[in-house]
Amino acid sequence: MSCLETLQAYAFRSLGYGERLLPRSDFTLCDQFVLIGSGMLWNIYFGVLAIVTGFVFANALAVAKNSSRGWLRRPANGFIFVFRGSPLFIQFFFAYFLFLSLKSVSPVFNLLSSAWMGALIVLFLNTSAYSAEIFYGALRSIPKGDIEAADAYGLSGWARFRRVIWPTTMRLAWPAYTNEAIFLFHATTLVFFSGFPAWRQQGDALYYANYFADKTFNPFVPYPILAFYFILLTLVIITVFGAVNSYLNRHLPQERRQKIRFKPQVIR
Amino acid sequence: MRPAIFSFCSDPASLDTFHWLSCYLTTGKHMGFYVSFGTVLLLLAITAPLALVFGFGGAMAARAHFAPLSWFGKGYIAIVRGVPDIAFFLFFVIALDQGIEWLRHQVKCPDWDAPIRQGNDFLVCSIAKMPLNSAPQWMHEIYGFSLAVLTFAIVFGAFAANVLFGAMRAVPRAQIETAEAYGMSRGQAFWRVLVPQMWVFALPGLSNLWMVLIKATPLLFLLGVEDIVYWARELGGSKAPQFTDYPHPDWRMWYFLGLLIFYLAFTKVSEIALSRITRRLSRGQATLAGEAMRKDQANSEGTPA
Repeated sequence: MSCLETLQAYAFRSLGYGERLLPRSDFTLCDQFVLIGSGMLWNIYFGVLAIVTGFVFANALAVAKNSSRGWLRRPANGFIFVFRGSPLFIQFFFAYFLFLSLKSVSPVFNLLSSAWMGALIVLFLNTSAYSAEIFYGALRSIPKGDIEAADAYGLSGWARFRRVIWPTTMRLAWPAYTNEAIFLFHATTLVFFSGFPAWRQQGDALYYANYFADKTFNPFVPYPILAFYFILLTLVIITVFGAVNSYLNRHLPQERRQKIRFKPQVIR
Repeated sequence: MRPAIFSFCSDPASLDTFHWLSCYLTTGKHMGFYVSFGTVLLLLAITAPLALVFGFGGAMAARAHFAPLSWFGKGYIAIVRGVPDIAFFLFFVIALDQGIEWLRHQVKCPDWDAPIRQGNDFLVCSIAKMPLNSAPQWMHEIYGFSLAVLTFAIVFGAFAANVLFGAMRAVPRAQIETAEAYGMSRGQAFWRVLVPQMWVFALPGLSNLWMVLIKATPLLFLLGVEDIVYWARELGGSKAPQFTDYPHPDWRMWYFLGLLIFYLAFTKVSEIALSRITRRLSRGQATLAGEAMRKDQANSEGTPA
């Protein structure tokens, strides 16, 4: 099979299109590149959707955690504690078996035990908790002067939040949030190793890399390919988040703008 | 079958819920489950210092003046950026195993001329196998666990190297200049001035790393060690009455809930301990936290009782 044919057969294999059977012998470099790349579609799917939905929820959580009202603050605290204090791997397992038992209660929950829905929910909750902690930290470190200036302009309530507090929070939180986004994409590789079944061998990049490593008993080809894809993905994330960062700081003079440098001093 | 701990466990089907549970939770397999919590703690106890050593070595290498060594150190630090740690776990476990066997093969069977990789097989001569095929089961388990520990230490060593490298650069330059002015050599300035002062800068990163390490321990399951995740899956699965005295439906959810609570408690305790250590190390330091503590103390002494 030429490389072009491989591409046609396996480029969307992870989504169920193309050849049904995975290659079983005589694995070429092209096979591995195409199939692992095909699996990346799942990592991107999980990562992008969890980031986008998690961002909204994380903002709400951060505001709730910062609230002076106990009935808002305590649930937010508890939620963040549970999801930040336990391993994502265990959360996946627990959620999967929880969804399985829900399934036996009512067919309404059938969707939940499939990876594309169930794992996405877990990732969404998980990243919300981590991002909320980042946003909360930023919210607490808004310079007092900014708020006083808002008060002096007669801004209060929602207007003050939307025009002063929230933009500043984002500005302060963005470098740390970029790290969180990168680690979330890394975390998506856990999905198919933690209970959630890869239906008809439709898995993510690590699933296929592991498949090749098991079959060829040679880890030195598939894992570097996987690493290559992930480094590429990380560069894309840094570029996108860097663009947002410079948009957030567009009012600052050039030399005071903080460039995003990926330095995981604090990792998740 | 192992004799039961409680005497009333001879006929579990006739027991009420409480007694049934106390019998169920003390079966031989459950003892294996409890022991595996020890495995996790053992892994942490060995890995944490080892990763710190690897990290220190990596940070020192990255600071080296000899360019290839510095590239090596920086490359080692860079592996944590961009690539998921779980990919490294899966990679290193096989790669280390094959590397060790290959080395032993080179030493023990120098006149072996067949290629080691034949198609999809990795073949070394039988006396180079690690551990030997004839070795008892516990040797295989110890070997598997050691590989897992080494893998964890390599990956987390890279994280630690990143933190320590940053901390070494955070020590004020003036401190080193003073040391140089006193006529200390580069090595002396490093060991006597830089290293003692860097810990307070490294502590936030290292505490964070400890938390990440705790939360990475369930990945032992993927490295083929019989850890808590393995047992929770094994014990929780539904059991038919034909095969066991304690039949039950699928309880895996409850087992994993237990693990979730175990980890929550563990991270909570660590958090409290780490904040105490931070307070302790900040005392008398020229940092914001140290200054705040000094003021607090001065205030409380100043106010009349």
